[in-house]
Amino acid sequence: MNEILVKKNLTPVTKLIVVKNPFVAAKAEPGQFVILRVRENGERIPLTIADFDREKDTVTLVFQEVGLSTILLGKLEVGDRILNLVGPLGVPAELPDSGTVVAVGGGVGVAPILPKCKELYRRGVKVISIIGARSKDLIILEDEMRACSHELHICTDDGSRGFKGFVSDKLKELIDGGLKCDEVVAVGPIPMMRATCETTRPYGLKTWVSMNPIMVDGTGMCGACRITVGGKTKFVCVDGPMFDGHEVDWAEAWLRAGMYRDEEKVAVESCQCGGGK
Amino acid sequence: MAVKQRTPMPMQDPAERARNFSQVAMGYTEEMALAEAARCLQCRNPQCVVGCPVSVQIPRFIGLIKDKKYREAIDVIKETNSLPAVCGRVCPQESQCESKCVLLRTGQPIAIGRLERFAADWEAKNGAATPEKPASNGKKVAVVGAGPSGLTAAGDLAKLGYEVTIYESLHEPGGVLIYGIPEFRLPKEVVRREVEYVKALGVKIETDVVVGRTITIEDLFDDGFEAVYVASGAGLPMFMRIPGENLNGVYSANEWLTRINLMKAYLFPEWDTPVKRGKRVVVVGAGNVAMDAVRCALRLGAEEASIVYRRSRAEMPARAEEVENAEEEGVKFHFLTNPVEVIGDEKGWVKGLKCVKMELGEPDQSGRRRPVPIAGSEFVMDCDIVIMALGTSPNPIISQTTPGLNAHSWGGLIADEKTGRTTRERVWAGGDAVTGSATVILAMGAGKAAAKDIHEFLSGPQDKW
Ligand SMILES: Cc1cc2nc3c(=O)[nH]c(=O)nc-3n(C[C@H](O)[C@H](O)[C@H](O)COP(=O)(O)OP(=O)(O)OC[C@H]3O[C@@H](n4cnc5c(N)ncnc54)[C@H](O)[C@@H]3O)c2cc1C
Ligand SMILES: Cc1cc2nc3c(=O)[nH]c(=O)nc-3n(C[C@H](O)[C@H](O)[C@H](O)COP(=O)(O)OP(=O)(O)OC[C@H]3O[C@@H](n4cnc5c(N)ncnc54)[C@H](O)[C@@H]3O)c2cc1C
Ligand code: SF4
Ligand code: SF4
Ligand code: FES
Repeated sequence: MNEILVKKNLTPVTKLIVVKNPFVAAKAEPGQFVILRVRENGERIPLTIADFDREKDTVTLVFQEVGLSTILLGKLEVGDRILNLVGPLGVPAELPDSGTVVAVGGGVGVAPILPKCKELYRRGVKVISIIGARSKDLIILEDEMRACSHELHICTDDGSRGFKGFVSDKLKELIDGGLKCDEVVAVGPIPMMRATCETTRPYGLKTWVSMNPIMVDGTGMCGACRITVGGKTKFVCVDGPMFDGHEVDWAEAWLRAGMYRDEEKVAVESCQCGGGK
Repeated sequence: MAVKQRTPMPMQDPAERARNFSQVAMGYTEEMALAEAARCLQCRNPQCVVGCPVSVQIPRFIGLIKDKKYREAIDVIKETNSLPAVCGRVCPQESQCESKCVLLRTGQPIAIGRLERFAADWEAKNGAATPEKPASNGKKVAVVGAGPSGLTAAGDLAKLGYEVTIYESLHEPGGVLIYGIPEFRLPKEVVRREVEYVKALGVKIETDVVVGRTITIEDLFDDGFEAVYVASGAGLPMFMRIPGENLNGVYSANEWLTRINLMKAYLFPEWDTPVKRGKRVVVVGAGNVAMDAVRCALRLGAEEASIVYRRSRAEMPARAEEVENAEEEGVKFHFLTNPVEVIGDEKGWVKGLKCVKMELGEPDQSGRRRPVPIAGSEFVMDCDIVIMALGTSPNPIISQTTPGLNAHSWGGLIADEKTGRTTRERVWAGGDAVTGSATVILAMGAGKAAAKDIHEFLSGPQDKW
C-alpha cells in the first residue's frame, strides 16, 4: 500500500509520482484529491489526483516543492511508501457531455486539469487548452495535455516559449478573436484563477475553478478550508474543490492562504532538509 | 461515622500546569485510594450504580480496592465498562454516578471516577492480562469509526467470536479521545493502550478509510460483511454566521484541538503542523470543548484566555471539575455575553470581538431561561485569536452515500434507542452519530447495546428488521 512505483522530475521543483493504492484508484474521479502524510510527525497535505489507473491500482500525483511537506515528499524514491494516504476526497467535477470547454492551467495547476481534459476528450467535448508557466523549463505535462486537447496553447511569462504573457491574457485574446465556448475550467495559483475569472466575467462565460485552501482532515471536520462563495461559507474539502469562480471571494481566499506564512518559513529552516532555496 | 470529605486529588500547581501539557490531575496513590474506598458504605441498594449509564458495579469494585484486590477490582469494572482509564478521567461524574451517592446528603460523595481511574492505572502499571483472541465464528462485522462507541462495539463483538474490522478516516484511532480531548486531561498513551486491547481481541483497524468516499457501506456488504455498526461521531463544526468569521485567526474548536492534539502543533516545529499562538484568545461557548480549547490557549502561551458565554454560570454544560481547573489556571469568564462580529485589521487578521451583553428572559424549550440581547450594550474585546466552540453535528457523508439510511434534518442518524437499528437493514448506529455531541460513556453504552443486538440478529433467523 502507498508504495511509489514511478517517480519523474518534471521541472527542478515539480515532481510526478505514481502511487499504489487500490482503494483510491477504484473510486477516484476527475476533480478529487487525496490527503497524505510523509512521516510520523508530519502534516496532512492535500494533492489532486492527476491521474488514476483502476487496473493497475495506482494514482498519479504531481506536486510542486513549495514548503516542508512537499520537499519531504520529493525526497521519497521509487520503492518507498507514503506513510498515510486517504481519498478520494471532495466531489467529482461536474463535466459537460458536449460543446466546447477551454481548460486553463497555470504552473502545477496543469496537473489537476489533466484528468478533467482526459474525461472531456473521451466524452467527445471539444477541448481547447491553455497552459502556462513562468518560463519554458517550467511547463509540465505538455505531451499528456496535447493528447487530450483539440487545441493547445502554451504561454510563458517571460516569452521564452509560445505566447508571452499570462494564460488569462491568452484566453482574452482567443475570446476577442471570436472563440465560441460553453465554459472555462481554470486551475492554478489563486492570482491566476482570479485573473481568469475577471477575464471571463464581462462575457458572462461560466468559469469553474479548483480551490486549494489550507486543509487538515479533508472530511468536513475542522473548517480550516472554508471560503466564501456567493456570500455563503463553504468547506472546500466536502463542498468542492470545484466552484463557480465568479462567486468566489478571492480577496478572502488569498488572505487565508497566507495564514501560516511565518510558520512555514520556520518549518523549512528548522528541518535541515535542504529546503528554503 | 464515615469521613465527610473526599480524599483530595493530587494536582499539578495551577500556575505551572497552565504552561505545560502534562496531566493536571496526577491520580490517587495507593494510600489515597484506600482512604477513599474506606468511606464507601457498601450500600445494599446502591443508587450510584443507577446513576452510571453502563451500571458499573460500584460497591463491588470499591470493596475489592478496600481489600487491596486491585486486579479483581478492575475485572469487575471491565465487566460493564471497557474503557475505565478513560471514563475515570472524563465522565461527568457529578451528574452521573456520584450524583446519586448517598453520602452526598451528609457530605461529599465517594470519588467513584478517581477510584475507577486508580484501578485502571494500577492495571496498566502492573501489566494487563492480555486477552485471549476468541475463536472465530466465521461471521464478519464492520464498524465505521474508531471512537469510544466503535471501539466498544468492536471489542464486544470480537469477544463473541465475530471477525470485526473498524474503518477509521483519520490516521490514528481513538476518535475525540485522540483528536479532541487534550493530553493534559487524557494522555494519548491511555487511549493507545485501550486501542491495543481491542486489537489484541483480534479486531482489525483500517485507518485512512473514509466510509462514503474510499468505500461505501454497499461495498462492505458486497465484501461479505453481514452487519455494519456506524459510530462516526458528530464531527461537523458549527459557526455563528456573524461577520468576520473567516478572518485569519478564527478557528473552530475542532480545528484548534485537532491541530494541537492529533497533529501535536504544541510541539511545532519538531512536529510539522503549525497553530497560531495568540496573545489574547477568546473562546466562544462553555462546554467541555470550550474548556479544553481555552486551556490549550494558555498552554500555548496566551497572556489572556477568556470564555464568552451567552448564558450564565449555572447553565455551563462543561464538567464542573474542568471549569474549576480552568478558573484556577487563570481563565477569565464573561457570562451573559454574545459575539456579534469579529473585527479584523487591514491585513485580514482578527483584532477584536464585538459582543453584546445579554439578560435572561423567558424559559425556552430546554427549560432554561433564554438569553436576550440588551440594546446598546455592545463592546469590543481586544484579541488576536477567536475560537468557536458552539457544538458539532454528525457529518452527512455516510447518510448521503448509503441508500435507505435516513437522518434527521439536523444530521443525526435515525436509530432505535435500545438496539441501534437504523432505517437500513443490517446497519446499526450509535454514539454521537445518533445523539449529536454527548458523552464518552453514552457513546460506549450505545456501542454495547448495538453489539448485543447485532449478535442476537445474526445468530437468529435474520428475517425481521
Ligand atoms: C484540494 C487541493 C488540491 C491540491 N492539489 C495540489 C497538487 O495537485 N499539486 C500541488 O503541488 N499542490 C496542490 N495543492 C497545494 C498543496 O496542498 C500545498 O502546496 C501543500 O500543502 C504545501 O505544503 P508544504 O508543507 O510543502 O508547504 P508550506 O510551506 O506549508 O506551504 C506553502 C503553501 O501551501 C499552502 N498550504 C500549506 N499547508 C497546506 C495544507 N495543509 N493544505 C493546503 N494548502 C496548504 C500554504 O497556503 C502556502 O501557500 C492542493 C491543495 C488543495 C487544497
Ligand atoms: C474537545 C472535546 C471534549 C470532550 N470532553 C468530554 C468529557 O470530558 N467527558 C465526556 O464524557 N465526553 C466528552 N466529550 C464528548 C465525547 O468525546 C463524545 O461524546 C464521544 O467521543 C463520542 O464517541 P463516538 O464514538 O460516538 O464518536 P467519536 O469519538 O467522534 O468518534 C468517531 C470516529 O469516527 C470517525 N469517522 C467519522 N466519519 C467517518 C467516516 N465517514 N468513515 C470512517 N470513519 C469516520 C472519526 O474520525 C472518529 O474517529 C468531549 C468532546 C470533545 C470534542
Ligand atoms: S463509567 Fe462513568 S458514570 Fe459509570 S461509574 Fe465510571 S465514572 Fe461513574
Ligand atoms: S452510593 Fe456511595 S456509598 Fe453507597 S455504594 Fe455507592 S459509592 Fe458507596
Ligand atoms: S479540511 Fe477540515 S473541514 Fe475541510
